[in-house]
Amino acid sequence: MKSIEEIKSAIEAAIPGAGVELIPNPSPSGQHSLRLAPADAVEVARFLRDDAELAFDFLSNVTGVDWPGKEITEKVKVTRTVTRIVDGVEQQVEETVEEPRKRVEPGCLEVVYHLFSMAKKHGPIVLRMRTVNRTDQVELPSVTPIWRSAEFQEREIFDLYGVVFTGHPDLRRLLMWKGFKDHPMRRDYVDPDDFEYEPTAHDSVLARAAAHKAAIGGVAQKGTGAGE
Amino acid sequence: MTTPAATSAFLREKMEEGWNRPPIMEPDGEAELLEVAMGPHHPSTHGVFRMDLALDGERVIRLKPVFGYLHRNHEKIAEGVSYLASMPYTDRLDYICSLTNNWAYALAVEKLTGQEVPERAEYIRVILGELTRIQNHASSIGFLLQEMGASGTPLMYAFKEREKILDLFESLTGSRMMCNYMRFGGCRVDVSAAWLDAARKVVAGLPGFIDEFENLLSGNEILMARCQGVGILRPELAVNAGVTGPMLRGSGVNYDIRKIDHYGIYDRFRFRVPLGDHGDVYDRYMVRILEMRESIAILNQALKEIPGGSIMDPKAKIRGFRPKPGEAYGRIEAPKGELGFYLISDGGPNPYRYRVRPPSLINLTVLEDMCLGSNVADVVLIFGSVDIVLGEVDR
Amino acid sequence: MVDQQLKIELGKQGVLVTTIEELYNWGRRSSIWPMQFGLACCAIEMIATTMARYDLARFGAEVFRPSPRQADLMIISGTVTKKMAPQVVRLYNQMAEPRYVIAMGACAISGGPFKQGYNVLKGIDRYIPVDVHIPGCPPRPEALIQAFMTLQKKIDAQPLTGEGRPRHLDAAAQGEFPVPEQGEHDLEPTSNKGVWPVPVVIR
Repeated sequence: MKSIEEIKSAIEAAIPGAGVELIPNPSPSGQHSLRLAPADAVEVARFLRDDAELAFDFLSNVTGVDWPGKEITEKVKVTRTVTRIVDGVEQQVEETVEEPRKRVEPGCLEVVYHLFSMAKKHGPIVLRMRTVNRTDQVELPSVTPIWRSAEFQEREIFDLYGVVFTGHPDLRRLLMWKGFKDHPMRRDYVDPDDFEYEPTAHDSVLARAAAHKAAIGGVAQKGTGAGE
Repeated sequence: MTTPAATSAFLREKMEEGWNRPPIMEPDGEAELLEVAMGPHHPSTHGVFRMDLALDGERVIRLKPVFGYLHRNHEKIAEGVSYLASMPYTDRLDYICSLTNNWAYALAVEKLTGQEVPERAEYIRVILGELTRIQNHASSIGFLLQEMGASGTPLMYAFKEREKILDLFESLTGSRMMCNYMRFGGCRVDVSAAWLDAARKVVAGLPGFIDEFENLLSGNEILMARCQGVGILRPELAVNAGVTGPMLRGSGVNYDIRKIDHYGIYDRFRFRVPLGDHGDVYDRYMVRILEMRESIAILNQALKEIPGGSIMDPKAKIRGFRPKPGEAYGRIEAPKGELGFYLISDGGPNPYRYRVRPPSLINLTVLEDMCLGSNVADVVLIFGSVDIVLGEVDR
Repeated sequence: MVDQQLKIELGKQGVLVTTIEELYNWGRRSSIWPMQFGLACCAIEMIATTMARYDLARFGAEVFRPSPRQADLMIISGTVTKKMAPQVVRLYNQMAEPRYVIAMGACAISGGPFKQGYNVLKGIDRYIPVDVHIPGCPPRPEALIQAFMTLQKKIDAQPLTGEGRPRHLDAAAQGEFPVPEQGEHDLEPTSNKGVWPVPVVIR
């Protein structure tokens, strides 16, 4: 099989201007990946499938990953003018201080594809795509017209992560019921409060029991917590 | 026979949009469509699975599978617990073949951390994996025949042999079904010489069982009439839809991950990959029977050659196991197809992302294509020949 | 009531003395037909129980009926998810009295290993009454047979009149159980308070 750099340059040669970025993988598995710009992803996917040498005819695995937004505190050097008394005289002095700034790195939803070739018996090659954010711009192009195996897996990602695949022939929830509103595999999903007593409670369970009792209160709930 | 290379050539030629979609069928004349929800409680569906059918008389016009009735949130739970704590959960994915699930997960983590597995442990894994394959194929054929109407008898034959293999599992791992046996970098306990002797005895009895099973079934006129030419899956669609395992090989595509990836020590064993010719239910049945025979060949070699030594990588860490940041995708040829685990580590004790690539779910992608135009009774049969377990479909 | 000693004596003479209650319950307990209803992993052990090695037929329960109308016993064999729970309750409602429920395995009892799951019902006894619980993940076939024998003892001990009579002889007994709705985030209601009172912990 060609190395990942060669595949990248093959894609760039075949589709001029395609946004392909190499993402190295530091783990011993050495499965590096290519991040595609969603705009040309379908084009690139078709090239990978139909190119005689690459022939990635088998899309094995489609995965969703949630990367929530992170609040990063960093120190920024700021130059400002302050008034100070120097030698008994009030003067305007410029000084540089380090000031903590909070910055929110926007989160995104990522979809990862693992491709193999049944004809050439090589693989895997890992492709990834990212949405703009996690709330309103969550569209990604569907590869189901190219590899049918993505059909249910993309539906699952739509269900559990909320990525909307444009061009998918039948985009409905796969696992949860119709009318369910949440995307439970997202990391900020809150479980429904159906907590009850657990005989061998861990700390997290005890914390949840306390929260449950506080939220419901009343005599009827007496004794439901594990921590009593 | 269609070789994989020919499949690819076909893909390059046939480029028009929608070739890989199921055809849209119209009812004959002015017939009214009958909509039937088969499931989630249905005796044939191996569990809780639903198919929404549209029928024109007996003929299936549309079939939409509905999933999620056994969605037990395996992936979400696994992201909240340590790597090792997910091992017992993998048992409950495909609950007929817990040991191959263990193996696939251990393989993925070993890829993530770069751990080595000692030779003896590799042999034990192969022995247990192939025993699992035999009991899975035997029971899946039993279920298929049950659904065909051969009530009881073939399933009893299959379960009789399955019990012998489960006894081996139980004496080694402590549990009949949920073995929780493999560890990252090896196995949990060593096999004893007495266990190996018992295993040899069971394996020596297996060819006789398969002969008996085949005498009962393979040449049976009813079985042939019901299975041959039913539920045909074209190889090019099978490849495009990601179908793996005996279903893919039943359609004649030579793709067995044991031969492709050579994971573990499979390159040391001599075995053949049985392939089907027509891609119908009968070919899938036959591929499973032949695969059992090849598994016996592997077992005989492995039980003969198993070396002594350690069963755990001495450098393997059980407590405080924190893989370095990175990701890995590991896959094995499970009895039902390609079982893969995709892990992303952020350096913490829990996986950041834990994904199971379920062969059962993806093999069902082509269910509609195979069933369209056939009778309702055949739908049950075709569905049975896919060989799914709902714990893995819905996870 | 016949004196137990006299009954044995008469039996030795070839005279069978019994009560209607005993005969009735003997008939009921010797032909419990379970519903052919598998949910998850435990279903495989349930099937193994019916196979040649364990042979559930010895207990008069070999006939697994695919239809709830013909079944006396529902074996909840596996995890009940929130997507499946309404269907389970509906199937239970469709069964004719007298009907019994065995909760097989940890998942059916409490959610088991999958208790933390967002889609997992934490025990089927939240919605329908359960007669016998068997622990295990999955319980061995012997455990299921034990549950059967426990259920048979329970049926044997049921009087035909008065307190503790089976539900089909009690006109006031609740026949239909409310089926939960699938809401936007969870099942509504999350439990049937009449069947499952909030557990009280005494320490």
